[in-house]
Amino acid sequence: MSQKEKQLEEAKRAATNMRRNILLMTHRAKGGHPGGCLSATDLLAVLYKCFMRIDPAYPKSPDRDYFLLSKGHAVPALYAVLIEKGFLSQEEINDFRELEGRLPAYPSCELTPGVDMASGSLGQGLSIANGIALSCRLKGSDQRAYCMLGDGELHEGQCWEAMLTAAHFKLNNVCAIVDYNKLQLDGSLDEVKSLGDLRAKWDAFDWHTIEIDGHDLSQIYDAFAEAENYKKGPSVIIANTIKGKGVSFMEDEVGWHAAAPNDEQLQKALKELS
Amino acid sequence: MMIAPRQAYGEALVELGKENKDVIVLDADVAKASMTILFKEVFPDRFFDIGISESDIVGTGAGFAVAGRIPFVNAYANFLLGNGWEQIRLSVCYANQNVKIIGHNIGASSGKDGPTHLPFEDITLTRVLPNMTIIEPADGIEMKKAVKAIAEHVGPCYMRVGRLPNPVITKETDSFIIGKANVLREGWDVTIIACGVMLSMALAAAQELATEGIRAEVINMHTIKPLDKETILNSVNKTGAVVTAEEHSVIGGLGSAVAEFLAATKPVPVQFVGTKDRFGVCGTYDEIHEAMGLTAEKIVEAVKNVLVQKRG
Repeated sequence: MSQKEKQLEEAKRAATNMRRNILLMTHRAKGGHPGGCLSATDLLAVLYKCFMRIDPAYPKSPDRDYFLLSKGHAVPALYAVLIEKGFLSQEEINDFRELEGRLPAYPSCELTPGVDMASGSLGQGLSIANGIALSCRLKGSDQRAYCMLGDGELHEGQCWEAMLTAAHFKLNNVCAIVDYNKLQLDGSLDEVKSLGDLRAKWDAFDWHTIEIDGHDLSQIYDAFAEAENYKKGPSVIIANTIKGKGVSFMEDEVGWHAAAPNDEQLQKALKELS
Repeated sequence: MMIAPRQAYGEALVELGKENKDVIVLDADVAKASMTILFKEVFPDRFFDIGISESDIVGTGAGFAVAGRIPFVNAYANFLLGNGWEQIRLSVCYANQNVKIIGHNIGASSGKDGPTHLPFEDITLTRVLPNMTIIEPADGIEMKKAVKAIAEHVGPCYMRVGRLPNPVITKETDSFIIGKANVLREGWDVTIIACGVMLSMALAAAQELATEGIRAEVINMHTIKPLDKETILNSVNKTGAVVTAEEHSVIGGLGSAVAEFLAATKPVPVQFVGTKDRFGVCGTYDEIHEAMGLTAEKIVEAVKNVLVQKRG
């Protein structure tokens, strides 16, 4: 078994645990955004298991790689991967959206170890990634800044400002990931406001564009590796995903953008993920 | 002596850049107006022009802070606070990042560019944000101390920088401590609390009032947030009446901060000198001050009104 295959075995196991934890968290909290968590799960599992250089013993290490969850509503997926990496304990899923505890409804860099930046107001993450990347370049380091964006989030103008900035400064240590699940709160992207030819748009902004199936772990792995090796400027992984991926009755259903599973739905979903 | 606050600001940044290698300067295509160009000339590696995108520049600055730097984010105050407010709220203040937000061309600075370019709302917009510290130096000498102080302070800061030469009223030897106001002139009849360019007018007003036997205490409230409540109380316990003066709207600015504190702690009559509920006008710096009621005469008038209230 190659190194990649070994790592992907682990990522696959992690992704299943993550999906179970996402459902447990949203079920218990009676709130959250499971659809957009489940579409992002495989991407996060591979990124964190195979690429991110981070240490749970030293979450704020100045030498770490950084991750910005710009689509902050998918934070249960981030908590779930941080559990897999040992930054959070399994028991802490009970704290999601609670007054006490370290797992608020949207990311907080002050409360949660392993969370690099607050988010929840869409559109802000890529600018942060650029600032981090410029700072790392200034000290001659190869540290990387990864930023996950929602597709609906790309309606926000700040994303496009930040795309210009990253391209202008040729930030080859920035990697954007678009969780392209094609659904948002009010309906499909094409109903609400179409992104048109998304790949052509990133190309036109002088980004190195990599388009993949965002649930094929091997393709995800290769995409992150390609982004890391591309030196002329920033890379974006446009990951075609399925909202609600992994739970049959949630897949591609707009209603699961912001809705928690009830007891019966939880049991059904967990059975599918065993 | 007159010094343009922005000139002092640019020179102070250069000094700071020599002392601290983590200081980063970002500008939104106004480096020649903000005078960050002085920093750019000496430290081109640590200067970044992010272009005309105020939302993005705030986020980029926050990213530098996440990576452990001390970013100074520069743009015109109204565009920075207008286009960048939500980013300042979330990525700077809620995230509690060590970002220095520097608003340029404040108040009447932009003169004949007129109402679209005259910000009288920026203190209000920043004061409402938790974790934020707000500074408006009185003059060019104090500006240099303020730049050093906000760099040493860990946490979000907003600082106002004026464009045109203003009278110098502080001394090199005066202390500058964030959150600690300076009493510029002692008195016992009324307390005038002011910031920025309005302090020179407050001192002129106090001089004028003295000829009529009214002794005004003048306080330099260079830190608008957190407010120096102790200095205000000490003064008000003597005087029992307050006039505030700012090159800013009376809605939500320094005057509001003082009044909110006094209303809950020691209710005394307060009068407010600042722009009323209206946009600016086209004119020279002095013409705008005149038209918007930002003059020593208006401070004198406000003092007389507040003394009538005080006598009941």
